[in-house]
Amino acid sequence: MKDYEEYFRNNRLPHIWCPGCGNGIIMKSIAKAIANLDLDQDKTVIVSGIGCSSRASGYMDFDTLHTAHGRAIPFATGVKLANPELTVIVITGDGDCTAIGGNHFIHGARRNIDLTVVLFNNNIYGMTGGQASPLTPTSKKATTAPYGTVDRPFDPCDLAQSAGATYIARGTAFHAAQLPDLIAKGINNKGFSLVEAITPCPISYGRRNKLGDSPAMLKLLSEQAVPKTAYSKLSVEQRAGKFPIGVLYEAQFGEYTEEYSHVIERAEGGLK
Amino acid sequence: MTQPKLMQGNEACAQGALAAGVRFFGGYPITPSTEIAEQLAEQLPKVGGTFIQMEDEIASMAVILGASLAGKKVLTATSGPGFSLKQELIGYAAIAEIPCVIANVQRVGPSTGQPTAPAQGDVMQARWGTHGDHPMIALSPWTVRESFDVAVKAVNYSERFRTPVIILLDEVVGHMREKVVLPTSDEIEIYPRRQPTKSKDEGYQPYAPEADLVPNPADFGTGHRIHVTGLVHDETGFPSGSAKITEECIKRLHEKINCAKDEITHYDEFFMEDAEIAVVTYGGTARTAYAAVEAARAQGKKVGMVRLMTIWPFADKIIKQTAAKCKGLLVPEMNYGQLVLEVERAAAGQSKIVSLPKYNTEIFTPAEIGNAIDQLLSEVAQ
Repeated sequence: MKDYEEYFRNNRLPHIWCPGCGNGIIMKSIAKAIANLDLDQDKTVIVSGIGCSSRASGYMDFDTLHTAHGRAIPFATGVKLANPELTVIVITGDGDCTAIGGNHFIHGARRNIDLTVVLFNNNIYGMTGGQASPLTPTSKKATTAPYGTVDRPFDPCDLAQSAGATYIARGTAFHAAQLPDLIAKGINNKGFSLVEAITPCPISYGRRNKLGDSPAMLKLLSEQAVPKTAYSKLSVEQRAGKFPIGVLYEAQFGEYTEEYSHVIERAEGGLK
Repeated sequence: MTQPKLMQGNEACAQGALAAGVRFFGGYPITPSTEIAEQLAEQLPKVGGTFIQMEDEIASMAVILGASLAGKKVLTATSGPGFSLKQELIGYAAIAEIPCVIANVQRVGPSTGQPTAPAQGDVMQARWGTHGDHPMIALSPWTVRESFDVAVKAVNYSERFRTPVIILLDEVVGHMREKVVLPTSDEIEIYPRRQPTKSKDEGYQPYAPEADLVPNPADFGTGHRIHVTGLVHDETGFPSGSAKITEECIKRLHEKINCAKDEITHYDEFFMEDAEIAVVTYGGTARTAYAAVEAARAQGKKVGMVRLMTIWPFADKIIKQTAAKCKGLLVPEMNYGQLVLEVERAAAGQSKIVSLPKYNTEIFTPAEIGNAIDQLLSEVAQ
């Protein structure tokens, strides 16, 4: 088994992320998950969109594809469907995945194609300097919501579940020990997997919303995040301001590339 | 040669793509291109290939780019509204040098326009639809059989130059049925996927150009662990903010096509030996133009015809030569006048250029083009 550090392109580091950003913790968790599963480095592909999180693909030593804004999932769908023996991991952010890429997100889940989507959720558009995303909580401030957002945020885990994903987990940058395991389980799931990883953006989100520096934001995450079983026992009032973490949902449905391989078998055999 | 068949242009396009080795199609339903998708949905899995109907036009473009990077020859098909939506990722394919073919069966626009009446209104969009400087190859067939041949060429060029290639069909050719005799597989030349010529130890760089200025980024899963991005990048494939690298990157994208321009510029000449004027035409309109020119010749009028298969890069050389020997060039198009601008540029004042636009959903009649020929002949005679 390789050490996770061998999965980085050291000549491409240091990364471009701001001091206090949690993206590095999530990227390391992906590398650790890959190391723990002992995946073939030459048969693993990382596909990302555009934004802070999506720069991670360039730092990781695999075949890597830094696509256009919002389009990581359909690019990844093409890679996986063209060569199903590849393990395909998607790195995306809250704006990339749930705004401009929202349609692709739900349809990837609907197909249950074997992709593992790691959604770096920092609640803001970081790379463009702090605009509100579909995962910015209501009333929080952003450069494009100077009086606080009036929009309601998605719950991407609920969204993925209703769209047909077969593995859904949520973790945070604070719970760094748990995250590799959540991602590894997602990679092992033969189907569409979502791991929402909540991460602090002290510069473009925290500062404007007076959430403090990175340690303060991580501490807040530790207070808000409740393991799924404990969360299920909380009353509606007790759940206010909190969210569940851990494996949230698992299901079994036919996986897309496998189902399509049966189409090929039928067509090659002259059947409809 | 194979047995004669009655076939539609769209169908021939799909068959040509299959013959050229396309094994992956991603698409979204849109008239008048849908038959291409329908054909391939049935036929691709029969040869171990993959068809996927995506959630939208953008995803259809994205999925073929992913599949191409994983080693497949790929195609998508669309019409005006979908072609507009695909533009960003056509640019992605251009800068990331991902082989792919986009069949655009043109209809009347802009927007939803007049679905799905024939038009040739996407000629300039094919060239300039995506943002930024980029080269483009676009081919436009005028017969059902040529839809097959153009599809083969498009796939081959996309692989050879690692660039997006556009098949500019129009509704006339796409939906028309003709008797065709298709070539057999040993009569078709296929350009295989380019492979790295060096190993990592020998200093392989995925975006280092070969002598023909085209690089050989390795297919995913072959152990090279390359990085592909839509950012301006150097020979390693990784982004660079350098002015020098940016200039080199953009310049090479253009030059790899420019240096092969003569070879990829295809056209036909008819009745040109003693022509005083010529009709410059392409696609479905060329069929009507041919009838008009033939009729004019039967009456002893000295008119010829240049039919362009290659729309982009533009056939400057032949148009310049034609303008030098003719007193007038007539350019009928099913649009408000698009390719005529290129004809004017290439002719550079050597000849009188007349645009004959038509954009009312109806195709040209031979009489309309015939009248314009008579008009131009009388004008140049004065």
